[in-house]
Amino acid sequence: MSEFDGAAFVRFLRTFADRIHERRDELTQLDSAIGDADHGINMDRGFSAVRAKLDGLDATDLGAMAKAVGMTLISTVGGASGPLYGTFFLRLATAFGDTQAADAQGLGTALRAGLEGVVQRGKAALDDKTMVDALVPAVDAYEAAAGDGISAALEAAATAAAVGRDRITPLVARKGRASYLGERAAGHQDPGATSTTILFESLRDAVAGS
Amino acid sequence: MKKLINAPDAVVDEALAGMVAAHGDLLRVIEPNVVVRADAPRQGKVGIISGGGSGHEPMHGGFVGMGMLDAACPGAVFTSPVPDQMLAATKAVDGGAGVLHIVKNYTGDIMNFELAAELAQAEGIKVASVVIADDVAVQDSLYTAGRRGVGGTVLAEKVVGAAAEEGQDLAAVTALCQRVQDNVRSMGMALTSCTVPAAGKPTFEIGDDEMEVGVGIHGEPGRERRKLAGADEITEALLTPILDDLPFSSGDRVLAFVNGMGGTPLIELYVVYNKVAQLCAARGLTIERNLIGSYITSLEMAGCSITILKLDDEMTRLWDAPVNTPALRWGA
Repeated sequence: MSEFDGAAFVRFLRTFADRIHERRDELTQLDSAIGDADHGINMDRGFSAVRAKLDGLDATDLGAMAKAVGMTLISTVGGASGPLYGTFFLRLATAFGDTQAADAQGLGTALRAGLEGVVQRGKAALDDKTMVDALVPAVDAYEAAAGDGISAALEAAATAAAVGRDRITPLVARKGRASYLGERAAGHQDPGATSTTILFESLRDAVAGS
Repeated sequence: MKKLINAPDAVVDEALAGMVAAHGDLLRVIEPNVVVRADAPRQGKVGIISGGGSGHEPMHGGFVGMGMLDAACPGAVFTSPVPDQMLAATKAVDGGAGVLHIVKNYTGDIMNFELAAELAQAEGIKVASVVIADDVAVQDSLYTAGRRGVGGTVLAEKVVGAAAEEGQDLAAVTALCQRVQDNVRSMGMALTSCTVPAAGKPTFEIGDDEMEVGVGIHGEPGRERRKLAGADEITEALLTPILDDLPFSSGDRVLAFVNGMGGTPLIELYVVYNKVAQLCAARGLTIERNLIGSYITSLEMAGCSITILKLDDEMTRLWDAPVNTPALRWGA
């Protein structure tokens, strides 16, 4: 695939919504250990709302689609994940503008903008043990591989997200509710980094499955 | 899971409908799930709103009414409400004098209230915010999300609500709310976990001879797990870090608040209060006012929290002022 178009975007959103639903209990279980036991429940509520809106979206306008997704997440997810994932998609929307399809470069620019939005909203840095620890390596890896095309870049991004997710498991959290636990958070896989990894795996598979 | 519910997804909506059925003289519920004081907006009065996840009842919806909150935004259980709710609440209670958001310090609450405040300000409503962060169990440092907002929130809502009721302006009630925050400290413990309805099983496992010390109000594990002790020893373990932190010193007049987490009977809270009174007296503190009961809970968790507020004359006067809400009522 040389371009990321509306059809790919819809496939990605459906895949991501399905996987969040399938892994809802796993995400909630991870959150029970170091948070407040709602990450899977909240993400599933938000992406079920997104899925319900997909048929009504104009698939020729990437920016409008991303904006609708972002607004839906902000209005339905709650917690920290709502503003963070919502902001991610709103920044994608701004970066996409009214384009119908993004090339490898364009998708990379959008993902970078999404990452910057998440960092601004949540004020988390690398090693704070949050979704940022999966997001940063994923976007870095995407950009490094963008010259090889979208599929190769997303493959690299998904792999890097998973590596980032696992890398921070031994760490003590410095942001979010897990930070209240001090040393007790060490050794637990981070729920936010896990859902972000699922996002990049869904993006990779939606594009590969075209 | 054994709960008095019909379906996990319906708990919040059905509880809100029940509140309206019971307290229609005090409050109403507007879309999207905002509890609003029956006579809001009141012209010229600063609107006071708060919000947070559900599961902490009576906080915050039970504090909507004369002399306390103008609106409360309940999220899903233990989940921050969404900005649409705080925006709708802000618009519903603005009587032209501006609106104060009382926000408990949790990552999600902060972000959702911030988004709502930006949207309300874009619509021309003056919004101020104060963050309550009173839990001494969390180290306040660059390396955490900062102290949680817990029991001090209840006291802030009462005192600030009274100030708004008597006509103080937005700058004054904001400064007062910050003064309450600066003078209040809390700490909590759990004997049992709680079960989030949608999760269906207890958030953590705990042995019959264990307790979690330094818990928040979301069934999240505490700072440390210890061997169960008697009420006096537990009370001392909670109160000492509170008194050392501010620090409270001999001669201070305080409000002592012993709060149940949802599954602890009042008789046990009085056992705790007995020790709180002894320890405060030993430190030379005068307990000028007190509050004992389950006001900021964590579903059916057994356990308690202790909150101590250093009073000044104005705070004491505002604490005594009339209040008429589902959960707190005196002088009205």
